[in-house]
Amino acid sequence: MPAVSKGDGMRGLAVFISDIRNCKSKEAEIKRINKELANIRSKFKGDKALDGYSKKKYVCKLLFIFLLGHDIDFGHMEAVNLLSSNKYTEKQIGYLFISVLVNSNSELIRLINNAIKNDLSSRNPTFMCLALHCIANVGSREMAEAFAGEIPRILVAGDTMDSVKQSAALCLLRLYKASPDLVLMGEWTSRVVHLLNDQHMGVVTAAISLITCLSSKNPDEFKTCVSLAVSRLSRIVSSASTDLQDYTYYFVPAPWLSCKLLRLLQCYPPPEDGAVKGRLVECLETILNKAQEPPKSKKVQHSNAKNAILFEAISLIIHYDSEPNLLVRACNQLGQFLQHRETNLRYLALESMCTLASSEFSHEAVKTHIETVINALKTERDVSVRQRAADLLYAMCDRSNAKQIVAEMLSYLETADYSIREEMVLKVAILAEKYAVDYSWYVDTILNLIRIAGDYVSEEVWYRVIQIVINRDDVQGYAAKTVFEALQAPACHENMVKVGGYILGEFGNLIAGDPRSSPLVQFNLLHSKFHLCSVPTRALLLSAYIKFINLFPETKATIQEVLRSDSQIRNSDVELQQRAVEYLKLSSIASTDVLATVLEEMPPFPERESSILAKLKKKKGPGAVSVELEDGKERGELNGGADRGGEAAIAASNASTPSPSSDLLGLRSAAPVGGPAPSAGSLLVDVFSEAGPAASSTRVNDDGFLSSAPPSAASEDPAPPLPESDELLNKFVCKNNGVLFENQLLQIGIKSEYRQNLGRMYLFYGNKTSVQFVSFTTTVSCPGELQSQLNVQTKPVEPLVEGGAQVQQVINIECLTDFVDAPLLNIKFRYGGALQNITLKLPVTINKFFQPTEMAAADFFQRWKQLSQPQQEAQKIFKASHGMDTEVLKAKLLGLGTALLENVDPNPENYVCAGVIQTKIQQVGCLLRLEPNAQAQPGEQMYRLTLRSSKDTVSQRVCDLLAEQF
Amino acid sequence: MQFMLLFSRQGKLRLQKWYVPLSDKERKKISRDLVQTILARKPKMCSFLEWRDLKIVYKRYASLYFCCAVEDQDNELITLEIIHRYVELLDKYFGSVCELDIIFNFEKAYFILDEFLLGGEAQETSKKNVLKAIEQADLLQECHRGPVQGQYTHVQWSDSPLLGWGQRSASCLGHALDFTHT
Repeated sequence: MPAVSKGDGMRGLAVFISDIRNCKSKEAEIKRINKELANIRSKFKGDKALDGYSKKKYVCKLLFIFLLGHDIDFGHMEAVNLLSSNKYTEKQIGYLFISVLVNSNSELIRLINNAIKNDLSSRNPTFMCLALHCIANVGSREMAEAFAGEIPRILVAGDTMDSVKQSAALCLLRLYKASPDLVLMGEWTSRVVHLLNDQHMGVVTAAISLITCLSSKNPDEFKTCVSLAVSRLSRIVSSASTDLQDYTYYFVPAPWLSCKLLRLLQCYPPPEDGAVKGRLVECLETILNKAQEPPKSKKVQHSNAKNAILFEAISLIIHYDSEPNLLVRACNQLGQFLQHRETNLRYLALESMCTLASSEFSHEAVKTHIETVINALKTERDVSVRQRAADLLYAMCDRSNAKQIVAEMLSYLETADYSIREEMVLKVAILAEKYAVDYSWYVDTILNLIRIAGDYVSEEVWYRVIQIVINRDDVQGYAAKTVFEALQAPACHENMVKVGGYILGEFGNLIAGDPRSSPLVQFNLLHSKFHLCSVPTRALLLSAYIKFINLFPETKATIQEVLRSDSQIRNSDVELQQRAVEYLKLSSIASTDVLATVLEEMPPFPERESSILAKLKKKKGPGAVSVELEDGKERGELNGGADRGGEAAIAASNASTPSPSSDLLGLRSAAPVGGPAPSAGSLLVDVFSEAGPAASSTRVNDDGFLSSAPPSAASEDPAPPLPESDELLNKFVCKNNGVLFENQLLQIGIKSEYRQNLGRMYLFYGNKTSVQFVSFTTTVSCPGELQSQLNVQTKPVEPLVEGGAQVQQVINIECLTDFVDAPLLNIKFRYGGALQNITLKLPVTINKFFQPTEMAAADFFQRWKQLSQPQQEAQKIFKASHGMDTEVLKAKLLGLGTALLENVDPNPENYVCAGVIQTKIQQVGCLLRLEPNAQAQPGEQMYRLTLRSSKDTVSQRVCDLLAEQF
Repeated sequence: MQFMLLFSRQGKLRLQKWYVPLSDKERKKISRDLVQTILARKPKMCSFLEWRDLKIVYKRYASLYFCCAVEDQDNELITLEIIHRYVELLDKYFGSVCELDIIFNFEKAYFILDEFLLGGEAQETSKKNVLKAIEQADLLQECHRGPVQGQYTHVQWSDSPLLGWGQRSASCLGHALDFTHT
């Protein structure tokens, strides 16, 4: 125990802390604090100049009060004064206060930066370290601006003390993370990399964090670090436990540094140099061997440090994914940990094995542990460990073990922790679909899912089972029978009623032959649930009833009576009432033929990627389901190999329905029933509420408009497109809604949606004046070859647009094949007698027909290579016209319509995307890579954009379009 | 590492170190949520948990919880040993450190942490070198040396040494007593 200091200057602080601790209540504490604050304030304001010691004490008290959770609004100046004290402890307290209570007061920042500058140039290593710690702790942009140039020099200077180098390295790391644009390594790069060779282990430990971060952002510039890291690692791994003296931790040589070295190597592919690679493989083998040796100490610190290195080595082995021997050894090692008595190790083994399961080399080896993992799911007492076990089961599932795994997950679901139920449900649903060989098993599984965990079964899940049943006629009878039986349960989940209503409404006839499930029995069963259900389910049931009338004429009277009852026809819910009224009317006036046409069986759903997968991805982030996507070939089984993005199933069913309630009748079949058309009013509001701020910021350019359409022009020919029409078009490449055009008279808003090769665009023409427009006509034309590429249909608009009014026009677009030009929109009207004639390009671009495609890295690169003919690639290098904000870039790429693939490009600065363009005659797969050089000076930042697709015209067009966006 | 929190079994925050820019409000919310989550966990549970998009690594030493939030690619076990090394450093410096030492000498706890971790990464893992840096600083402290001691009375619930005897001299008892001192 160090000597107890007597009379330390901070006695007053200790007394104050004691006082606070003795307070019996929150009020008493606040009172004591306020008293102290008043005291300190008066001291700071007093006439008597405070000595450094008192200042230090009071500043420290303020800090304590702040850390207790109270606001502090003074004392900053006194703290800044302490920075220039020559006494170390006073300076230290000053810096601590500044680090914890950063204040953006610019005058203060100037003073702080001055003090830091003085300390950095003081050549006193302890002062320099304090200053560097402060910069690292604050890490603000202002600090980066002031010091980012100076610190690399300190870091690599030959005469810098080791401790200062350590602080400088991590200080720089913090600044780089906060403001990468301000930290330029440039000429220092090679000297920084060579810090890996430094004699002082502490310097290497600090520097490697910096090097790892820089390498992950600029792998090429730092790639010389690979061989240095391997040789450093090799020296550590082969050293005796005493060699490294104080850097040996519980008999493990330099565990922190080892982990960081292994982590750094994960920024790169396996070394190409055979000797380096050999040496690295040797290291990895040694690490795996050491795991088998008896422990040198019984302490948990020893095994933790040793295993930390082991797990990092396994991560590297998985990252390389090229050494089958090491992968299998890693898997066996993890297998041992699965039964370890340390919960921590079991947790990590489960987690790590999850990634191993996705490697083709170790998938089988992972599968051998299935019983242990199932056991973990059942017996682990910690829910976070059970969660890992469930993840691993999901990852190791394939055709051979799907039934067992799904059964185990289902039975676990009965007792599962609430926090993980929803995710479990999604996983079961995905596995059941993916590995369904016979669909009765699939239907059973999903119905079980609803029975066991109905509350956690999201819409996606039950939509999906319906899609599959509709699309597969071999399972429809079985589904009807099973759901009928499930509905017999006295209490069944509402989701079961939904599925039941839908399936019996479509396929009840398949089981109607059995008197136990005759039409009336079916109807009565459904209707017995009706009153317990929510409005959307009731709406769905009403649709099922009208379908029954078509399927089973004998139920007509009964059902009509139900529809006619006051509780339906006068229901206070508009949707229910409307359905009751319309269905009743439909059933009474339509002839059998008409009825049969309107209520025809639902057509098959377009094949698509499971929406459930998309949902799970959203829940877990992209990495979590990569296993799933790895084997796209197998996934195709159910979905016809359709490799398209996951639009939620809801899009399919709802897009065609006028109301948000789930509906059996699509929009088109609902039209004769007189269902409400999509409400134009609400769309209008949408467009203009969204466009409001944008509209005011877009330029109001009436000149162009007036000159392009001189009022005297008697000609009725459409004007040529406005000069800015290309620019306007470009604004809509990555978005679908907004203001297309605006001048003093007219505003044109757009709202559009695309699905597959079809699109629908709503145009909103707003008369900004108080005078009416007359002879208002709009025409859409497809010039030249576009005629054969796009099919565009419009409905005419009313020729009168009142002052202040808006009119809407719907345009339907069908993409027949890929295209380059845009359709032209011509608007003509008379305003105060003068003819206005404007032609714009309608923002229909080829990328609108993208379906996003998720794929794993391996898949991506394989496809990339397949598209290697020169004409399949289009490339552009161009200057950035906007800032390189990551989120903005991502939003734009997503807006393009492709899927943004994470963790695919080895350089995380780059973006890669994939998508399939859907046209009527063909599908064109498209891969995209965007490489920013964010390092360059602002104003000189460049991008390289590369497009590859199976069709040269598509590559070129998408490349041209996108290059205008950044 | 994104942040480190030390808090008592009663949920009182004893030290907080943030390595990412967050507003005061966000910090308070994170601390509150996390303290609650961890205090609700049972003793033998695993030391790691997923929390939002971070990995939490925590360990209890006597009356104090040490909790670190690291990123997805960070190594859990080595983080656990970061915590342990910090406890060792505190222990060596204060001499059988207990919660009260950290309460009354909070500034020292921050200084030691700054010597050990900077910007969320290990700066110096050698115990000797870290303590040397701190002791040098204490030598510069004119006539004073070492932490304030003997000025606060040990209270029942927070005066247990963070490192029990089992940790200090394993040869006596032969097992780690990480959780036994309460």
